[in-house]
Amino acid sequence: MPAVTETIDTVASVTSGTYKYGFETEIEMEFAPKGLNEDIVRFISARKNEPEWLLAWRLKAFALWRTMEEPRWPAVKYPPIDYQDAYYYAAPVKKPGPKSLDEVDPELLRTYEKLGIPLREQAILAGVEGAGESPAEGRMPVAVDAVFDSVSVATTFKGRLEKEGIIFCSISEAVQHHPELVRQYLGSVVPQADNFFAALNSAVFTDGSFVYIPKGVRCPMELSTYFRINAKSTGQFERTLIIADEGATVSYLEGCTAPMRDENQLHAAVVELVALDDASIKYSTVQNWYPGDEDGKGGIYNFVTKRGACRGRRSKISWTQVETGSAITWKYPSCILQGDESVGEFYSVAITNNHQQADTGTKMIHLGRNTRSTIISKGISAGKGQNTYRGLVKIQPKASGARNFTQCDSLLIGDQCGAHTVPYIENRCMTAKVEHEATTSRIAEDQLFYCRQRGLSEEDAVGLIVNGFCREVLKELPMEFAVEAQKLLQISLEGSVG
Amino acid sequence: MNAVSEPAVTEAGAAGFLHRFEGLRARLPGRGLPWLVERREAAAESFRAQGFPSRRVEAWKYTDLAPLTQAGFGEPLTPVESALPLPRPAAPRRVVLVDGRFSQDLSDPDAPVRSLARHLPELEGRLGALARVEDLPLVALNTALFEDGVLIDLAPGEDGGVIELLSVTRADRPVASHPRHLIRLGAGAKLVLIERSWGHGEGRYLHSPVFEVEVGEDAHVTHARMQQEGKGAIHLSTVFAEVAARGTYDSFLLHAGAKLSRSEAHVRLAGPRAAAHLNGAQLLGDGQHGDCTTFLDHAAPDCPSRQTVKTVLAGRSRGVFQGKIHVHQVAQRTDGYQMNQALLLSDQAEIDSKPQLEIYADDVKCSHGATVGELDEEQVFYLRSRGIPAAQARSMLIEAFLQEAVEGVTEEAARAALAEAVAGWWERMAA
Repeated sequence: MPAVTETIDTVASVTSGTYKYGFETEIEMEFAPKGLNEDIVRFISARKNEPEWLLAWRLKAFALWRTMEEPRWPAVKYPPIDYQDAYYYAAPVKKPGPKSLDEVDPELLRTYEKLGIPLREQAILAGVEGAGESPAEGRMPVAVDAVFDSVSVATTFKGRLEKEGIIFCSISEAVQHHPELVRQYLGSVVPQADNFFAALNSAVFTDGSFVYIPKGVRCPMELSTYFRINAKSTGQFERTLIIADEGATVSYLEGCTAPMRDENQLHAAVVELVALDDASIKYSTVQNWYPGDEDGKGGIYNFVTKRGACRGRRSKISWTQVETGSAITWKYPSCILQGDESVGEFYSVAITNNHQQADTGTKMIHLGRNTRSTIISKGISAGKGQNTYRGLVKIQPKASGARNFTQCDSLLIGDQCGAHTVPYIENRCMTAKVEHEATTSRIAEDQLFYCRQRGLSEEDAVGLIVNGFCREVLKELPMEFAVEAQKLLQISLEGSVG
Repeated sequence: MNAVSEPAVTEAGAAGFLHRFEGLRARLPGRGLPWLVERREAAAESFRAQGFPSRRVEAWKYTDLAPLTQAGFGEPLTPVESALPLPRPAAPRRVVLVDGRFSQDLSDPDAPVRSLARHLPELEGRLGALARVEDLPLVALNTALFEDGVLIDLAPGEDGGVIELLSVTRADRPVASHPRHLIRLGAGAKLVLIERSWGHGEGRYLHSPVFEVEVGEDAHVTHARMQQEGKGAIHLSTVFAEVAARGTYDSFLLHAGAKLSRSEAHVRLAGPRAAAHLNGAQLLGDGQHGDCTTFLDHAAPDCPSRQTVKTVLAGRSRGVFQGKIHVHQVAQRTDGYQMNQALLLSDQAEIDSKPQLEIYADDVKCSHGATVGELDEEQVFYLRSRGIPAAQARSMLIEAFLQEAVEGVTEEAARAALAEAVAGWWERMAA
């Protein structure tokens, strides 16, 4: 993923700011029939050769989903989704592993190239035999798991990670090779009946990443998953499960793109994190799904459930997200702070331009003593975008000494957009301390003037000020991502000034 | 003097109130006015369709109306006891409502206040102009059932002085009253209204007033609201205020009494440079539930609004603050500020706070803040290190927290009345 930066540079200069990942790769795909019913759930499960318990688990989720109603409370508008008019399973057709890059489906390679994945990793991703066991030269290695539509196509640096006892693979593989871990943790943070989209995901999830960091291990490299929706009329339902055992530490990155289409596509993922005693998980997202065109046509509906459980004492979960894409974003990465002295963090930048809508925020549920949480949210609205921060800080009676600090700032660019803040604070503990502050303003004239006076164009000045506005969040990102995110911010806002 | 006949207490829930409307409709004031009859019928229909709000309704997420919906209420009795003991007046001129009905005997004839029931024919097009019923079932219920209230009309430039509006309910029977109050200030007029809700006795009753306040250009209203209902009371009030250019609606809400209270304010800043202050304090002891909910609509440019609400919670109590600021696209250069603080004095208390900004204009400055916590032990330590006993130190700090809330009230008479109501609250609680 880090090399995406360079791609942005090159592509940005050519396309000057329109969506850069709007290509579709013509690869032989295998689809399940359109529509959603029990047979499709069975089909997916059978295709993945899943054990009986998982099929039962999926069917239960499907039965629950059928009784549930789509949430209407988010401050987003979209036409009703026809859940029967989509493919729930699409996978690139598997052929025997190619011997060298020359034999790889050139379409797939071109996709990787456009995504900016370096050659060595391309070889690994494409499944070239023998590739990928020696570390790349000259830079920090990043282990990548690429998920193409519904299926994880390849995971890099597996061997190196295995030496440390780290499991990093697609969740389908994990089901085959580590069923006990999957069974123990799957759905333990986000139960099947948690919400409409989580139930849907539980029934039809097709792939995603699985990470297990054993006791006391500090993961030697960044782990990364790259998601792409490629085929037409498909939904992507990936499921990610990360477990950090006692004293383990891991940093995980997630990136997303999709081709340009004038229809809307659904992305309903579930991410579950579990941190045991003294474990620490850092989860970073740069979400750049196709946002739709300037008139709001097309784009991804990004309805995602992300939640982490700080089960152990002194455990820590930190969410960082940069949300620039998607027609609609609906997600609330949350932390359940069960362990005493556990820590939850949420750093977010969400940009809406043109007709994009975002309703995002977090939930911090304090259960254990002396638990701490920090929420920093930066919302930027431009064009006709609507941006809502919605967050919950809940402190239960036993969470004595709990502490929360929340800051959400909104920036408005243009008079057609909206910025909304909806925080919920529920405190049932006397010794807890909760602080919340929120501001909404536009870019100050004097700041703009100062930059212009020094020769910056208005657009560059806005970019600079916006980056400053988001600095507290961007500095939380791993370095390679931070650079990419900064560029993305600037690109997302193009056309919104002047 | 006692009642001529004892009207029955109706069945519980919405049905009870609807039956009461059926029984009363031919006797309610204004029954000869077609427009009012029509309005009441429509409101009753709206209430029938909506029912009492459940906690599934977002605006009622934190307040459960079970104490209201699970009990029956009756109609107030007609005769008024003239020997009713009343609290000491808070203003030189006072008007009194007993069980929701204007009491000529107990009211100061010099006050520019009239009984609403006697002037209904003049109110076509005005009554209900601000109070909407579609999504507010309690307002619908009030519109269907109101019997009386006050009517205050100030001519342009007139100074109405300081007036106390005292609503007394005798809690010896579970009565329900739904008074409607209409207040209008002409351009440049001025009024200080100290509104008190007072309960007589400890029994259960419902007091559910609705205010419609029209503030003309350059006019200024101070609305100090003191809810000091009886221990068993349910107090559900709704204020609608519309402020014209350069006018000010300056309100302060005190929740001190009642078992369950919720005060909703819907304020619309309709003209340029109109201002609103929606401050308040909730003092909640064991078994009390207080809910301060506000909707502030910035519908014109250059309007400032200020809101500071403080809640102190002792025993097993629950406090709610919901404040929404809506800035329309035309409302450029809005300056909105909202602060909400809560002090928890018991490990059985709960505070729920939902400040909310909804902004559609870009040249705005809006912020809100919320803090929740217990008394600062460092401050307690500071006082103790200077020889003040712990209990007294705590009491001083609580007192300071409360008085600070009241300090923002600029009108002296109103501030004094509020300060008095707040003073010694903690001593009374701790005793």
